[in-house]
Amino acid sequence: MSPRSDAPILVRLDDVTMHYGRGRDAIQAIDTVSLDIRKGEFIAVVGPSGCGKSSLMKLISGLHPASSGFVTVEDRPVKGPLKSVGMAFQASNLLPWRTVVDNVLLPLEIVQPHRSKIRRERAAYKAKAEALLAQVGLAGFTDKFPWQLSGGMQQRTSICRALVHEPDILMLDEPFGALDAFTREELWCALRDIQQARGVTVMLVTHDLREAVFLADTVYVMSNRPGKIVKAQPIDLPRPRDLDVTYTQPFQDLVHELRSHIGGKH
Amino acid sequence: MRLKDAGITVVAPVLFTVLLFALWEAGCKLFAVAPTVLPAPSAIWAAYLQFQKPIIENSLYTLWNTLIGFAIATVFGLLLGIAVGWHKAVYAAIYPVLIGFNSVPKVAVVPVLILWFGVGAVPAIITAFLISFFPIVVNVATGLATTEPELEDVLRALGASKTDILWNVGLPRTMPYLFASLKIAITLAFVGTVLSETVAANRGIGNVMMIASGNFDVPLVFAGLFILAILGVGLYAIFSLIELKVTGWAQRKTEFAMV
Repeated sequence: MSPRSDAPILVRLDDVTMHYGRGRDAIQAIDTVSLDIRKGEFIAVVGPSGCGKSSLMKLISGLHPASSGFVTVEDRPVKGPLKSVGMAFQASNLLPWRTVVDNVLLPLEIVQPHRSKIRRERAAYKAKAEALLAQVGLAGFTDKFPWQLSGGMQQRTSICRALVHEPDILMLDEPFGALDAFTREELWCALRDIQQARGVTVMLVTHDLREAVFLADTVYVMSNRPGKIVKAQPIDLPRPRDLDVTYTQPFQDLVHELRSHIGGKH
Repeated sequence: MRLKDAGITVVAPVLFTVLLFALWEAGCKLFAVAPTVLPAPSAIWAAYLQFQKPIIENSLYTLWNTLIGFAIATVFGLLLGIAVGWHKAVYAAIYPVLIGFNSVPKVAVVPVLILWFGVGAVPAIITAFLISFFPIVVNVATGLATTEPELEDVLRALGASKTDILWNVGLPRTMPYLFASLKIAITLAFVGTVLSETVAANRGIGNVMMIASGNFDVPLVFAGLFILAILGVGLYAIFSLIELKVTGWAQRKTEFAMV
Protein backbone atom coordinates (compact mmCIF):
# COMPACT_ATOMS: atom_id res chain seq x y z
CA MET A 1 0.00 0.00 0.00
CA SER A 2 1.00 3.63 0.12
CA PRO A 3 4.05 4.64 2.13
CA ARG A 4 1.82 6.55 4.56
CA SER A 5 -0.42 3.67 5.54
CA ASP A 6 0.91 3.67 9.10
CA ALA A 7 0.39 7.41 9.70
CA PRO A 8 -2.39 8.43 12.10
CA ILE A 9 -5.81 9.18 10.67
CA LEU A 10 -6.47 12.89 10.26
CA VAL A 11 -9.92 12.98 8.67
CA ARG A 12 -12.59 10.34 9.07
CA LEU A 13 -15.93 10.27 7.30
CA ASP A 14 -18.30 7.68 8.70
CA ASP A 15 -21.47 6.93 6.74
CA VAL A 16 -21.92 10.57 5.82
CA THR A 17 -24.90 11.87 3.90
CA MET A 18 -25.35 15.49 2.92
CA HIS A 19 -28.22 17.54 1.49
CA TYR A 20 -28.54 21.05 0.15
CA GLY A 21 -31.74 22.73 1.30
CA ARG A 22 -34.38 21.30 3.56
CA GLY A 23 -37.60 19.33 3.40
CA ARG A 24 -39.01 18.15 0.09
CA ASP A 25 -36.87 20.49 -2.02
CA ALA A 26 -33.67 19.14 -0.52
CA ILE A 27 -31.14 17.84 -3.01
CA GLN A 28 -29.01 14.98 -1.85
CA ALA A 29 -25.41 15.63 -2.77
CA ILE A 30 -23.60 12.86 -0.93
CA ASP A 31 -24.79 9.37 -0.08
CA THR A 32 -23.32 7.30 2.76
CA VAL A 33 -19.68 8.06 2.17
CA SER A 34 -17.06 6.56 4.46
CA LEU A 35 -13.38 7.27 4.04
CA ASP A 36 -10.23 7.94 6.03
CA ILE A 37 -7.49 10.37 5.18
CA ARG A 38 -4.19 9.75 6.93
CA LYS A 39 -1.88 12.50 8.00
CA GLY A 40 0.36 13.48 5.12
CA GLU A 41 -1.66 11.47 2.63
CA PHE A 42 -2.49 12.84 -0.81
CA ILE A 43 -5.96 11.82 -1.88
CA ALA A 44 -7.73 12.63 -5.10
CA VAL A 45 -11.46 12.50 -5.69
CA VAL A 46 -12.61 11.98 -9.26
CA GLY A 47 -16.00 11.54 -10.80
CA PRO A 48 -18.46 12.88 -13.34
CA SER A 49 -19.63 16.49 -13.33
CA GLY A 50 -21.88 17.44 -10.45
CA CYS A 51 -21.30 14.22 -8.53
CA GLY A 52 -20.68 15.94 -5.23
CA LYS A 53 -16.89 16.18 -5.27
CA SER A 54 -16.92 19.79 -4.19
CA SER A 55 -19.60 19.03 -1.60
CA LEU A 56 -17.23 16.55 -0.03
CA MET A 57 -14.76 19.39 0.34
CA LYS A 58 -17.31 21.66 1.95
CA LEU A 59 -18.18 18.87 4.32
CA ILE A 60 -14.63 18.27 5.52
CA SER A 61 -13.76 21.96 5.77
CA GLY A 62 -16.85 22.52 7.89
CA LEU A 63 -18.47 24.96 5.47
CA HIS A 64 -21.55 22.76 5.17
CA PRO A 65 -22.94 20.34 7.78
CA ALA A 66 -23.66 16.65 7.18
CA SER A 67 -27.29 15.58 7.40
CA SER A 68 -26.31 12.25 8.90
CA GLY A 69 -23.15 10.37 9.79
CA PHE A 70 -19.99 11.71 11.36
CA VAL A 71 -17.14 13.86 10.12
CA THR A 72 -14.15 14.03 12.43
CA VAL A 73 -10.82 15.76 12.04
CA GLU A 74 -8.14 14.68 14.51
CA ASP A 75 -10.85 12.72 16.37
CA ARG A 76 -12.91 15.87 16.95
CA PRO A 77 -16.32 16.21 15.28
CA VAL A 78 -16.45 19.01 12.70
CA LYS A 79 -19.04 21.56 13.76
CA GLY A 80 -18.02 24.74 11.92
CA PRO A 81 -15.32 26.10 9.64
CA LEU A 82 -11.92 24.61 10.43
CA LYS A 83 -9.06 27.00 10.64
CA SER A 84 -6.61 24.26 9.82
CA VAL A 85 -7.75 24.16 6.21
CA GLY A 86 -6.36 25.92 3.17
CA MET A 87 -8.41 26.07 0.00
CA ALA A 88 -7.80 26.86 -3.65
CA PHE A 89 -10.21 26.71 -6.56
CA GLN A 90 -10.27 26.65 -10.34
CA ALA A 91 -10.36 30.45 -10.40
CA SER A 92 -7.41 31.87 -8.54
CA ASN A 93 -9.62 34.44 -6.78
CA LEU A 94 -6.71 36.73 -6.04
CA LEU A 95 -7.49 40.23 -4.83
CA PRO A 96 -6.61 42.59 -7.68
CA TRP A 97 -5.77 45.48 -5.36
CA ARG A 98 -3.09 43.50 -3.55
CA THR A 99 0.35 42.49 -4.78
CA VAL A 100 1.20 38.81 -5.06
CA VAL A 101 2.90 38.68 -1.67
CA ASP A 102 0.10 40.64 0.02
CA ASN A 103 -2.40 38.22 -1.46
CA VAL A 104 -0.48 35.34 0.06
CA LEU A 105 -0.45 37.12 3.41
CA LEU A 106 -4.24 37.47 3.49
CA PRO A 107 -4.97 34.31 5.53
CA LEU A 108 -2.48 35.44 8.17
CA GLU A 109 -4.51 38.59 8.66
CA ILE A 110 -7.49 36.43 9.58
CA VAL A 111 -6.24 33.30 11.34
CA GLN A 112 -5.01 33.45 14.94
CA PRO A 113 -2.39 33.62 16.34
CA HIS A 114 -0.89 35.34 13.28
CA ARG A 115 -3.68 37.86 13.15
CA SER A 116 -2.63 39.66 16.30
CA LYS A 117 1.06 39.43 15.43
CA ILE A 118 1.15 40.37 11.78
CA ARG A 119 1.10 44.13 12.32
CA ARG A 120 4.20 44.05 14.45
CA GLU A 121 6.01 41.27 12.64
CA ARG A 122 5.00 42.02 9.08
CA ALA A 123 8.57 41.89 7.77
CA ALA A 124 9.11 38.38 9.16
CA TYR A 125 5.81 37.15 7.78
CA LYS A 126 6.55 38.73 4.45
CA ALA A 127 9.89 36.94 4.29
CA LYS A 128 8.10 33.68 5.00
CA ALA A 129 5.55 34.29 2.24
CA GLU A 130 8.32 35.21 -0.17
CA ALA A 131 10.15 31.99 0.64
CA LEU A 132 6.97 30.05 -0.05
CA LEU A 133 6.49 31.85 -3.37
CA ALA A 134 10.10 31.12 -4.28
CA GLN A 135 9.39 27.44 -3.65
CA VAL A 136 6.82 27.44 -6.47
CA GLY A 137 9.06 29.46 -8.77
CA LEU A 138 7.65 32.93 -8.24
CA ALA A 139 10.71 34.53 -6.66
CA GLY A 140 10.86 37.58 -8.92
CA PHE A 141 7.13 38.24 -8.97
CA THR A 142 6.19 38.92 -5.37
CA ASP A 143 5.59 42.63 -5.87
CA LYS A 144 3.62 42.30 -9.10
CA PHE A 145 -0.13 42.57 -9.23
CA PRO A 146 -2.18 39.48 -10.12
CA TRP A 147 -3.17 40.77 -13.56
CA GLN A 148 0.50 41.02 -14.47
CA LEU A 149 0.90 37.25 -14.05
CA SER A 150 -0.02 34.41 -16.38
CA GLY A 151 -2.85 32.05 -15.44
CA GLY A 152 -0.42 29.40 -14.21
CA MET A 153 1.42 31.89 -12.04
CA GLN A 154 -1.86 33.14 -10.58
CA GLN A 155 -2.76 29.58 -9.69
CA ARG A 156 0.64 29.04 -8.03
CA THR A 157 -0.01 32.18 -6.00
CA SER A 158 -3.43 30.88 -5.05
CA ILE A 159 -1.89 27.62 -3.81
CA CYS A 160 0.67 29.57 -1.77
CA ARG A 161 -2.16 31.55 -0.23
CA ALA A 162 -3.80 28.27 0.77
CA LEU A 163 -0.56 27.04 2.36
CA VAL A 164 0.85 30.10 4.09
CA HIS A 165 -0.84 29.55 7.44
CA GLU A 166 0.50 25.99 7.50
CA PRO A 167 -2.87 24.23 7.41
CA ASP A 168 -3.20 20.55 8.27
CA ILE A 169 -5.25 19.96 5.15
CA LEU A 170 -4.90 21.52 1.73
CA MET A 171 -8.11 21.34 -0.29
CA LEU A 172 -7.88 21.88 -4.00
CA ASP A 173 -11.02 22.04 -6.12
CA GLU A 174 -10.01 21.50 -9.74
CA PRO A 175 -7.13 23.92 -9.29
CA PHE A 176 -5.63 23.30 -12.72
CA GLY A 177 -8.86 22.97 -14.66
CA ALA A 178 -8.52 26.26 -16.52
CA LEU A 179 -4.88 25.85 -17.54
CA ASP A 180 -3.39 24.55 -20.76
CA ALA A 181 -1.94 21.03 -20.78
CA PHE A 182 1.73 22.03 -20.47
CA THR A 183 1.19 24.53 -17.69
CA ARG A 184 -0.93 21.95 -15.93
CA GLU A 185 1.88 19.40 -15.94
CA GLU A 186 4.28 22.03 -14.68
CA LEU A 187 1.95 22.75 -11.79
CA TRP A 188 1.53 19.05 -11.02
CA CYS A 189 5.24 18.97 -10.38
CA ALA A 190 5.13 22.17 -8.33
CA LEU A 191 2.35 20.71 -6.20
CA ARG A 192 4.14 17.37 -5.89
CA ASP A 193 7.31 19.08 -4.69
CA ILE A 194 5.65 21.38 -2.22
CA GLN A 195 3.59 18.57 -0.76
CA GLN A 196 6.74 16.49 -0.44
CA ALA A 197 8.59 19.33 1.23
CA ARG A 198 5.87 20.21 3.71
CA GLY A 199 4.22 16.85 4.29
CA VAL A 200 0.81 18.50 4.19
CA THR A 201 -2.31 16.39 3.78
CA VAL A 202 -3.95 17.11 0.42
CA MET A 203 -7.41 16.52 -0.90
CA LEU A 204 -7.56 17.15 -4.63
CA VAL A 205 -10.86 17.25 -6.47
CA THR A 206 -10.37 16.81 -10.19
CA HIS A 207 -11.82 15.65 -13.50
CA ASP A 208 -8.45 14.62 -14.76
CA LEU A 209 -7.65 10.97 -14.08
CA ARG A 210 -3.99 11.32 -15.13
CA GLU A 211 -3.63 14.18 -12.69
CA ALA A 212 -5.19 12.10 -9.92
CA VAL A 213 -3.00 9.05 -10.55
CA PHE A 214 0.17 11.10 -10.93
CA LEU A 215 -0.26 13.00 -7.67
CA ALA A 216 -2.28 10.91 -5.26
CA ASP A 217 -1.64 8.08 -2.84
CA THR A 218 -5.28 7.06 -3.03
CA VAL A 219 -7.87 7.91 -5.67
CA TYR A 220 -11.56 7.81 -4.82
CA VAL A 221 -14.08 7.49 -7.64
CA MET A 222 -17.51 8.95 -7.02
CA SER A 223 -20.71 8.00 -8.81
CA ASN A 224 -23.33 10.31 -10.25
CA ARG A 225 -25.44 12.32 -7.84
CA PRO A 226 -26.05 11.57 -5.07
CA GLY A 227 -22.31 11.00 -4.80
CA LYS A 228 -21.25 7.62 -3.51
CA ILE A 229 -17.75 6.26 -3.44
CA VAL A 230 -17.66 3.40 -5.94
CA LYS A 231 -13.95 2.71 -5.85
CA ALA A 232 -10.99 3.46 -3.62
CA GLN A 233 -7.83 2.88 -5.62
CA PRO A 234 -4.45 2.94 -3.89
CA ILE A 235 -1.71 4.21 -6.21
CA ASP A 236 1.43 2.20 -5.58
CA LEU A 237 3.65 3.95 -8.09
CA PRO A 238 6.95 4.65 -6.33
CA ARG A 239 7.81 8.19 -5.27
CA PRO A 240 9.27 10.56 -6.15
CA ARG A 241 7.30 10.36 -9.38
CA ASP A 242 8.57 11.91 -12.55
CA LEU A 243 6.36 13.10 -15.42
CA ASP A 244 7.76 10.19 -17.45
CA VAL A 245 5.85 7.82 -15.21
CA THR A 246 2.65 8.98 -16.92
CA TYR A 247 3.76 7.19 -20.09
CA THR A 248 4.43 3.82 -18.45
CA GLN A 249 2.16 0.80 -18.62
CA PRO A 250 1.33 0.54 -14.88
CA PHE A 251 0.24 4.20 -14.94
CA GLN A 252 -1.92 3.68 -18.02
CA ASP A 253 -3.46 0.59 -16.46
CA LEU A 254 -4.44 2.52 -13.34
CA VAL A 255 -5.99 5.33 -15.40
CA HIS A 256 -7.85 2.78 -17.48
CA GLU A 257 -9.06 0.95 -14.40
CA LEU A 258 -10.38 4.19 -12.87
CA ARG A 259 -12.03 5.20 -16.14
CA SER A 260 -14.04 2.01 -16.14
CA HIS A 261 -15.68 3.04 -12.86
CA ILE A 262 -16.91 6.35 -14.21
CA GLY A 263 -20.21 6.29 -16.07
CA GLY A 264 -21.07 7.99 -19.34
CA LYS A 265 -21.19 6.84 -22.94
CA HIS A 266 -18.08 5.40 -24.53
CA MET B 1 3.23 57.67 -27.96
CA ARG B 2 2.76 59.49 -24.67
CA LEU B 3 2.72 62.86 -26.42
CA LYS B 4 0.17 61.62 -28.89
CA ASP B 5 -2.08 60.39 -26.06
CA ALA B 6 -1.84 63.75 -24.32
CA GLY B 7 -2.68 65.43 -27.61
CA ILE B 8 -5.86 63.42 -27.86
CA THR B 9 -6.98 63.79 -24.24
CA VAL B 10 -6.24 67.54 -23.98
CA VAL B 11 -6.48 69.02 -27.44
CA ALA B 12 -9.59 67.14 -28.62
CA PRO B 13 -11.97 68.30 -25.86
CA VAL B 14 -10.65 71.89 -25.94
CA LEU B 15 -11.01 72.02 -29.69
CA PHE B 16 -14.53 70.62 -29.55
CA THR B 17 -15.64 73.10 -26.85
CA VAL B 18 -14.17 76.10 -28.67
CA LEU B 19 -15.78 74.97 -31.92
CA LEU B 20 -19.15 74.58 -30.23
CA PHE B 21 -19.05 78.11 -28.81
CA ALA B 22 -17.84 79.57 -32.09
CA LEU B 23 -20.76 77.98 -33.92
CA TRP B 24 -23.15 79.21 -31.27
CA GLU B 25 -21.81 82.77 -31.50
CA ALA B 26 -21.83 82.73 -35.29
CA GLY B 27 -25.35 81.29 -35.38
CA CYS B 28 -26.72 83.97 -33.07
CA LYS B 29 -25.06 86.76 -35.13
CA LEU B 30 -25.98 85.28 -38.50
CA PHE B 31 -29.65 84.72 -37.79
CA ALA B 32 -29.98 87.78 -35.50
CA VAL B 33 -31.46 85.68 -32.67
CA ALA B 34 -33.03 87.86 -29.98
CA PRO B 35 -30.98 87.80 -26.73
CA THR B 36 -34.22 87.04 -24.80
CA VAL B 37 -34.51 83.79 -26.76
CA LEU B 38 -30.91 82.58 -27.02
CA PRO B 39 -28.13 84.95 -26.00
CA ALA B 40 -24.78 84.63 -27.74
CA PRO B 41 -21.81 83.43 -25.59
CA SER B 42 -20.34 86.94 -25.73
CA ALA B 43 -23.56 88.38 -24.22
CA ILE B 44 -23.50 85.70 -21.49
CA TRP B 45 -19.90 86.59 -20.69
CA ALA B 46 -20.87 90.28 -20.52
CA ALA B 47 -23.72 89.47 -18.14
CA TYR B 48 -21.31 87.48 -15.99
CA LEU B 49 -18.84 90.39 -15.82
CA GLN B 50 -21.63 92.80 -14.94
CA PHE B 51 -22.97 90.68 -12.06
CA GLN B 52 -19.71 88.99 -11.13
CA LYS B 53 -19.88 89.61 -7.39
CA PRO B 54 -23.44 88.38 -6.70
CA ILE B 55 -22.97 85.46 -9.09
CA ILE B 56 -19.86 84.25 -7.30
CA GLU B 57 -21.34 84.77 -3.84
CA ASN B 58 -24.52 82.91 -4.66
CA SER B 59 -22.65 80.17 -6.49
CA LEU B 60 -20.48 79.53 -3.49
CA TYR B 61 -23.60 79.35 -1.33
CA THR B 62 -25.11 76.79 -3.72
CA LEU B 63 -21.85 74.87 -3.90
CA TRP B 64 -21.64 74.71 -0.11
CA ASN B 65 -25.21 73.41 0.26
CA THR B 66 -24.62 70.89 -2.50
CA LEU B 67 -21.49 69.57 -0.83
CA ILE B 68 -23.25 69.20 2.53
CA GLY B 69 -26.16 67.33 0.93
CA PHE B 70 -23.74 65.22 -1.06
CA ALA B 71 -21.63 64.38 2.02
CA ILE B 72 -24.73 63.22 3.88
CA ALA B 73 -25.79 61.20 0.83
CA THR B 74 -22.37 59.54 0.64
CA VAL B 75 -22.33 58.45 4.29
CA PHE B 76 -25.97 57.40 4.29
CA GLY B 77 -25.72 55.71 0.87
CA LEU B 78 -22.62 53.80 1.87
CA LEU B 79 -24.17 52.55 5.12
CA LEU B 80 -27.48 51.63 3.51
CA GLY B 81 -25.64 50.00 0.60
CA ILE B 82 -23.62 47.88 3.02
CA ALA B 83 -26.81 46.90 4.85
CA VAL B 84 -28.58 45.97 1.62
CA GLY B 85 -25.56 44.06 0.30
CA TRP B 86 -24.98 42.40 3.68
CA HIS B 87 -28.03 40.22 3.82
CA LYS B 88 -30.70 39.02 1.43
CA ALA B 89 -33.41 39.79 3.99
CA VAL B 90 -32.41 43.46 4.24
CA TYR B 91 -32.27 43.63 0.47
CA ALA B 92 -35.73 42.10 0.12
CA ALA B 93 -37.17 44.35 2.81
CA ILE B 94 -35.76 47.67 1.67
CA TYR B 95 -35.52 47.48 -2.09
CA PRO B 96 -39.17 47.99 -3.10
CA VAL B 97 -39.51 51.04 -0.87
CA LEU B 98 -36.20 52.39 -2.13
CA ILE B 99 -37.25 52.11 -5.75
CA GLY B 100 -40.65 53.58 -5.00
CA PHE B 101 -39.00 56.47 -3.23
CA ASN B 102 -36.58 57.05 -6.06
CA SER B 103 -39.45 57.15 -8.56
CA VAL B 104 -41.07 60.11 -6.78
CA PRO B 105 -40.12 63.32 -8.65
CA LYS B 106 -38.13 65.39 -6.20
CA VAL B 107 -39.78 68.59 -7.50
CA ALA B 108 -42.92 67.35 -5.79
CA VAL B 109 -41.09 66.91 -2.49
CA VAL B 110 -39.54 70.38 -2.34
CA PRO B 111 -42.77 72.22 -1.38
CA VAL B 112 -43.25 69.77 1.48
CA LEU B 113 -39.70 70.36 2.68
CA ILE B 114 -40.23 74.12 2.55
CA LEU B 115 -43.43 73.67 4.51
CA TRP B 116 -41.50 71.76 7.18
CA PHE B 117 -38.23 73.69 7.32
CA GLY B 118 -39.07 77.09 5.87
CA VAL B 119 -37.25 78.88 3.08
CA GLY B 120 -33.49 78.59 3.41
CA ALA B 121 -30.55 76.25 3.17
CA VAL B 122 -32.18 73.20 4.81
CA PRO B 123 -34.63 72.28 2.02
CA ALA B 124 -31.84 72.68 -0.56
CA ILE B 125 -29.48 70.42 1.38
CA ILE B 126 -32.16 67.80 1.91
CA THR B 127 -33.19 67.85 -1.75
CA ALA B 128 -29.57 67.43 -2.80
CA PHE B 129 -29.29 64.51 -0.39
CA LEU B 130 -32.55 62.85 -1.47
CA ILE B 131 -31.77 63.04 -5.16
CA SER B 132 -28.19 61.79 -4.92
CA PHE B 133 -28.10 58.94 -2.41
CA PHE B 134 -29.91 56.36 -4.53
CA PRO B 135 -27.15 55.57 -7.06
CA ILE B 136 -24.68 55.24 -4.19
CA VAL B 137 -26.85 52.67 -2.41
CA VAL B 138 -27.43 50.64 -5.56
CA ASN B 139 -23.78 50.60 -6.59
CA VAL B 140 -22.40 49.74 -3.16
CA ALA B 141 -24.96 46.95 -2.77
CA THR B 142 -24.11 45.59 -6.23
CA GLY B 143 -20.39 45.65 -5.46
CA LEU B 144 -20.93 43.67 -2.28
CA ALA B 145 -23.43 41.24 -3.74
CA THR B 146 -21.09 40.26 -6.57
CA THR B 147 -18.25 39.09 -4.32
CA GLU B 148 -17.05 35.72 -5.63
CA PRO B 149 -18.54 32.92 -3.49
CA GLU B 150 -15.33 30.86 -3.74
CA LEU B 151 -13.36 33.72 -2.29
CA GLU B 152 -15.83 33.90 0.58
CA ASP B 153 -15.37 30.14 1.08
CA VAL B 154 -11.59 30.56 1.20
CA LEU B 155 -11.96 33.13 3.96
CA ARG B 156 -14.80 31.41 5.78
CA ALA B 157 -12.79 28.21 5.92
CA LEU B 158 -10.16 30.23 7.77
CA GLY B 159 -12.72 31.22 10.35
CA ALA B 160 -13.24 34.73 9.01
CA SER B 161 -16.28 36.53 10.36
CA LYS B 162 -18.66 38.39 8.09
CA THR B 163 -17.02 41.63 9.18
CA ASP B 164 -13.59 40.25 8.24
CA ILE B 165 -14.84 39.39 4.78
CA LEU B 166 -16.51 42.78 4.40
CA TRP B 167 -13.38 44.59 5.47
CA ASN B 168 -10.80 42.57 3.54
CA VAL B 169 -12.72 41.78 0.40
CA GLY B 170 -16.19 43.31 0.18
CA LEU B 171 -15.37 46.96 0.70
CA PRO B 172 -12.13 47.12 -1.31
CA ARG B 173 -13.72 45.48 -4.30
CA THR B 174 -16.74 47.80 -3.99
CA MET B 175 -14.60 50.94 -4.25
CA PRO B 176 -14.73 51.18 -8.06
CA TYR B 177 -18.52 50.86 -7.89
CA LEU B 178 -18.67 53.50 -5.16
CA PHE B 179 -16.63 56.01 -7.12
CA ALA B 180 -18.62 55.44 -10.28
CA SER B 181 -21.71 56.31 -8.28
CA LEU B 182 -20.12 59.32 -6.57
CA LYS B 183 -19.45 60.89 -9.95
CA ILE B 184 -23.12 60.51 -10.83
CA ALA B 185 -24.27 61.56 -7.38
CA ILE B 186 -22.31 64.83 -7.28
CA THR B 187 -23.93 66.09 -10.47
CA LEU B 188 -27.33 64.97 -9.20
CA ALA B 189 -26.74 66.80 -5.93
CA PHE B 190 -26.38 70.04 -7.92
CA VAL B 191 -29.67 69.36 -9.62
CA GLY B 192 -31.26 68.93 -6.19
CA THR B 193 -29.92 72.15 -4.67
CA VAL B 194 -30.78 74.30 -7.68
CA LEU B 195 -34.18 72.66 -7.95
CA SER B 196 -34.97 73.62 -4.38
CA GLU B 197 -33.57 77.12 -4.86
CA THR B 198 -35.71 77.74 -7.90
CA VAL B 199 -38.87 76.72 -6.02
CA ALA B 200 -38.27 78.90 -3.01
CA ALA B 201 -35.11 80.48 -1.66
CA ASN B 202 -33.67 83.89 -1.05
CA ARG B 203 -30.08 83.01 -1.89
CA GLY B 204 -28.19 80.71 -4.21
CA ILE B 205 -27.54 80.59 -7.92
CA GLY B 206 -30.92 78.98 -8.58
CA ASN B 207 -32.56 81.96 -6.89
CA VAL B 208 -30.47 84.37 -8.97
CA MET B 209 -31.62 82.61 -12.12
CA MET B 210 -35.28 82.76 -11.07
CA ILE B 211 -35.05 86.49 -10.46
CA ALA B 212 -33.16 87.03 -13.72
CA SER B 213 -35.74 85.10 -15.71
CA GLY B 214 -38.50 87.13 -14.02
CA ASN B 215 -36.74 90.24 -15.37
CA PHE B 216 -36.31 88.66 -18.84
CA ASP B 217 -32.55 88.92 -18.28
CA VAL B 218 -31.88 85.75 -20.26
CA PRO B 219 -28.08 86.30 -20.58
CA LEU B 220 -27.85 86.31 -16.79
CA VAL B 221 -29.91 83.08 -16.61
CA PHE B 222 -27.45 81.51 -19.01
CA ALA B 223 -24.52 82.81 -17.00
CA GLY B 224 -25.98 80.93 -14.02
CA LEU B 225 -26.36 77.78 -16.12
CA PHE B 226 -22.74 78.03 -17.16
CA ILE B 227 -21.55 78.45 -13.59
CA LEU B 228 -23.45 75.27 -12.67
CA ALA B 229 -21.98 73.38 -15.59
CA ILE B 230 -18.46 74.49 -14.68
CA LEU B 231 -18.93 73.55 -11.02
CA GLY B 232 -20.31 70.14 -12.09
CA VAL B 233 -17.37 69.43 -14.38
CA GLY B 234 -14.92 70.60 -11.70
CA LEU B 235 -16.30 68.32 -9.00
CA TYR B 236 -16.56 65.43 -11.42
CA ALA B 237 -12.89 65.91 -12.26
CA ILE B 238 -11.92 66.02 -8.58
CA PHE B 239 -13.70 62.73 -7.93
CA SER B 240 -12.13 61.16 -11.00
CA LEU B 241 -8.72 62.07 -9.60
CA ILE B 242 -9.49 60.63 -6.16
CA GLU B 243 -10.89 57.54 -7.86
CA LEU B 244 -7.66 57.06 -9.76
CA LYS B 245 -5.65 57.34 -6.55
CA VAL B 246 -7.82 54.97 -4.54
CA THR B 247 -8.85 52.37 -7.11
CA GLY B 248 -6.02 52.55 -9.61
CA TRP B 249 -5.90 48.75 -9.56
CA ALA B 250 -9.26 48.64 -11.30
CA GLN B 251 -8.04 50.82 -14.17
CA ARG B 252 -5.00 48.74 -14.98
CA LYS B 253 -3.08 49.05 -18.18
CA THR B 254 -3.68 52.77 -18.57
CA GLU B 255 -2.31 55.17 -16.00
CA PHE B 256 -1.59 52.47 -13.49
CA ALA B 257 0.56 50.23 -15.65
CA MET B 258 4.03 49.80 -14.23
CA VAL B 259 6.06 49.99 -17.42
